Amino acid sequence: MEITSKSSGKSAAQMKRLNDTKTILRQPILLIAVIATIILLALFVVYPLVKVFIFSLTDETGKFSVENLHNILTSSRYLKVFGRTMLLGLIVAVLATTVGYIFAYTITRVDIPMKGFMKTIATLPILSPPFVLSLSVIFLFGKQGLITKNLLGIKGNNVYGMPSLIVVQVMSFFPIAYLTLSGILSSIDASVEDAACNMGAGRWKTFWTVTFPLSLPGIISGALLVFIQSLEDFSNPATIGGDYTTLSIEVYNIITGTYDMRKGSVLAILLLVPAVTAYLLNKYWVNKKSFVTVTGKPTQARKLIEEPHIKWPLFIICMLFAAVVLLFYGTVIFGSFVRTWGIDFSMTLDQYRRALQYGFGSLENSIILALISAVIGGMLGMIIAYITAKRDYYGKKFIEVASVLMFAVPGTVLGISYILGFNTKPLLLTGTAAILVIVFTFRNMPVAIESGTTTLLQIDNSIEEASTILGANSGYSFRRITLPLLRNAFFSGIVYSFTKAITAVSAVIFLVSPRWTLVTSKIYGLFDLAKYGQASAFVTMLIGVLLLFIGIFNTIINLLLAPRSRVPKLTKKAEESK
Amino acid sequence: MSQEKQTSEFSKKSSNVILKDITKVFQQPETGNDFIAVNHINLEIKDGEMVTLLGPSGCGKTTTLRMVSGFEYPTSGNVLIGGRDVAKVPPNKRGISMVFQSYALFPHLNVWENVAYGLKVAKVPNDEMIRRTESVMEMMQLKGMERRFPNQLSGGQQQRVALARAVVIEPSVLLFDEPLSNLDAKLRESMRDDLRALQKRLGITSLYVTHDQSEAMAISDRVVIMKDGNIVQQGTPDEIYEQPVSRFVANFIGKANFIDGIYKGKDGSAALVDLGGNTMKIPMPGAMPGVEVGKACCLTVRPESIQLTKDSKESGALTGTISRATYYGTKIEYEVDLHGKPIIVEVYNPQLTERFRTGDSVSMKLIERCVRVLQ
Repeated sequence: MEITSKSSGKSAAQMKRLNDTKTILRQPILLIAVIATIILLALFVVYPLVKVFIFSLTDETGKFSVENLHNILTSSRYLKVFGRTMLLGLIVAVLATTVGYIFAYTITRVDIPMKGFMKTIATLPILSPPFVLSLSVIFLFGKQGLITKNLLGIKGNNVYGMPSLIVVQVMSFFPIAYLTLSGILSSIDASVEDAACNMGAGRWKTFWTVTFPLSLPGIISGALLVFIQSLEDFSNPATIGGDYTTLSIEVYNIITGTYDMRKGSVLAILLLVPAVTAYLLNKYWVNKKSFVTVTGKPTQARKLIEEPHIKWPLFIICMLFAAVVLLFYGTVIFGSFVRTWGIDFSMTLDQYRRALQYGFGSLENSIILALISAVIGGMLGMIIAYITAKRDYYGKKFIEVASVLMFAVPGTVLGISYILGFNTKPLLLTGTAAILVIVFTFRNMPVAIESGTTTLLQIDNSIEEASTILGANSGYSFRRITLPLLRNAFFSGIVYSFTKAITAVSAVIFLVSPRWTLVTSKIYGLFDLAKYGQASAFVTMLIGVLLLFIGIFNTIINLLLAPRSRVPKLTKKAEESK
Repeated sequence: MSQEKQTSEFSKKSSNVILKDITKVFQQPETGNDFIAVNHINLEIKDGEMVTLLGPSGCGKTTTLRMVSGFEYPTSGNVLIGGRDVAKVPPNKRGISMVFQSYALFPHLNVWENVAYGLKVAKVPNDEMIRRTESVMEMMQLKGMERRFPNQLSGGQQQRVALARAVVIEPSVLLFDEPLSNLDAKLRESMRDDLRALQKRLGITSLYVTHDQSEAMAISDRVVIMKDGNIVQQGTPDEIYEQPVSRFVANFIGKANFIDGIYKGKDGSAALVDLGGNTMKIPMPGAMPGVEVGKACCLTVRPESIQLTKDSKESGALTGTISRATYYGTKIEYEVDLHGKPIIVEVYNPQLTERFRTGDSVSMKLIERCVRVLQ
């Protein structure tokens, strides 16, 4: 046949790419969207990161040089910092995953009371503003510590250092492990465990031979995610790390203290490499190992474990942990109303008054900039999801990789890359609000893209075809069918972006300017001045702001945007003529 | 309300469809090799007719349907709708409509909005849109469900909404892509009858794709059987069942037995076939494509066209042993071992007939009028 000869030598994937590319070239709006996206990603994601690499591999004159790299890799001080960072990451990953597993197993498998409460405790810290747990460690165990000084009578207890850091990071990051593991544990088909039981295995044996091995990919995944969080963390090591300096702190000290951007860049890359490695391992290796197949069908209901000798010990362990979490949050809120912690516990609103005098503007800035970036990020995220989900063309791979890259990059590295990239004309953005909005947008957008893509992939092709065959052109179908279906993904992206932006520390700590301060950098400043009371007032307000805005977003989603069922009526005239 | 009145709301716009020498070549994703999905097909669907494309998966039936819809373009050949070549006409400008296997209801629109969608697209004036939507909803027994969303409907209701949405725009052709395959067996049968009644009442030219042979038989004016991208036979349901042109068709539609013989020639309109020494006279052998005198041929006979008796040693009767007997209530299905080859025999109304057990020796008498000769 004459048709066969034309296409020989090219794979089908290449043919599809070629065809889709041609289709896009014919659709001006789509083409503009693709090109604009590529330019934005190249400028605000790839370019600054490349700049960090260039800086770390050149000397003052701009010539290629490995001198900085060599100096740092042979310096015992920096190797020690690197080793400490990794060690902390490993310890926290193991402990947080263990706690997360106990919570996930107890909540998905055991018939315990107060499950809703447990779930809340195990997810709430994800939304928590930074500094809360550090503050309460200081309030409870510091020099003026409620437990150390007032209860135990220890004078001048040094709370700063590795043990506090471990406690605080485990409490901050165990929810990440919990969410991953409860997802995996509840998707293991109940009948697999029943089968083991049926063949004579007891609870203990069933757990070690079936449940545990099946959840292993989730355990590794959770541990890797916690490890990344621990590496990236700036606010906790900066406030209660004391002498235990981690990489992100070291980068901050070098850049704010000595302005040695080259040394800073090398250290940033030292931080970037393990974080990105862990991210890629999780994304491409662990996820492929997963045994769990999601069919979308509800599996048979699980019979929960009721034996008292399993139920009550697990309940008590979870309860104790939950009590500690509550104690820590409660301490900070309590602390914000106290006149002088450790000395004068009388109630007052002075802390709030002073905090607002000191930094009301920064709170306002944070809210406004976070909102702007969340909306932009949400829209851009939907556009990227739309142009990548069901098409293949030259340049798509770039969009896909570049748009999620920022997710894997530690905030400190991001901050330094933006200083390097945007401190000279024509790209002079440092000191402006724009740079903050851009950083928030590109850093927090991946979640919107992810949920948008998932939504689009779930929309059966035939739904768009149905719209087409009923006479709609592609623009009409997009407005009336695709866009409304993306609404929920858009709003969940916005909620995530907003929360992350308003609580961001490491990425913005270098980018704030006297004109544009943010609430988190102000709180960090209060730690330096040891004004913990004001800091706790600020943190409490931040919790309030977060809850308020999440509430507002949810109300918008539920009330204003829920599909309303409307049926039009005939006009009076037509009714009569009928 | 009378049927006439409901139907009169419907202006008839249907037209015929002609497929002229249509070919569709795809690339196989794994190898990149070309794959001929549809191979030089010619087919005409007359105005108001319901034609079913029937065949095993991969036979090209869905591809053919999609070329009529415009979601696929033929590699060569022409599609004519109402005499107009639609080669360059995109799906949304063809004035046709389609019912999808997954129903493809818009999940964020309620029943009313789903049904009215096509009218809204066409910018039909508001009052007319409301009247037409209401009238179709009444016809499809969807009254009172206007405000519900697709996920609040049962499978059968979703199916009716999909159908209402497709017919409300008064399409010139209505396409069905296995629309009943997601329903359970009982509902499928009743929906099938409703669907056929509606199609007849509205007189819409329809092309229906299915792999379910009983559905095809029940619903169509004409059945087109496809295999490997080719049409192997087309005709009315009874023609297809009674006059299959090949073993493939005979097997695909209903059950069939094949008994090997040698073709001896004709005696008037009857055919003479030698079955292991006995010559059998077949009064209505069919078209006998490819059958040659003196060469091997086969007799095709349906399970219900064989009579079973106790082994009577009667000359010309085929004798064998019962190897399986299955009781279905309306019938008993026997499997008879004929010299190592299984023959299926169905005996209806088992309460009135003699019953046999596994191991019984039986004689089979083929009802000659129902036997066909094939290559």
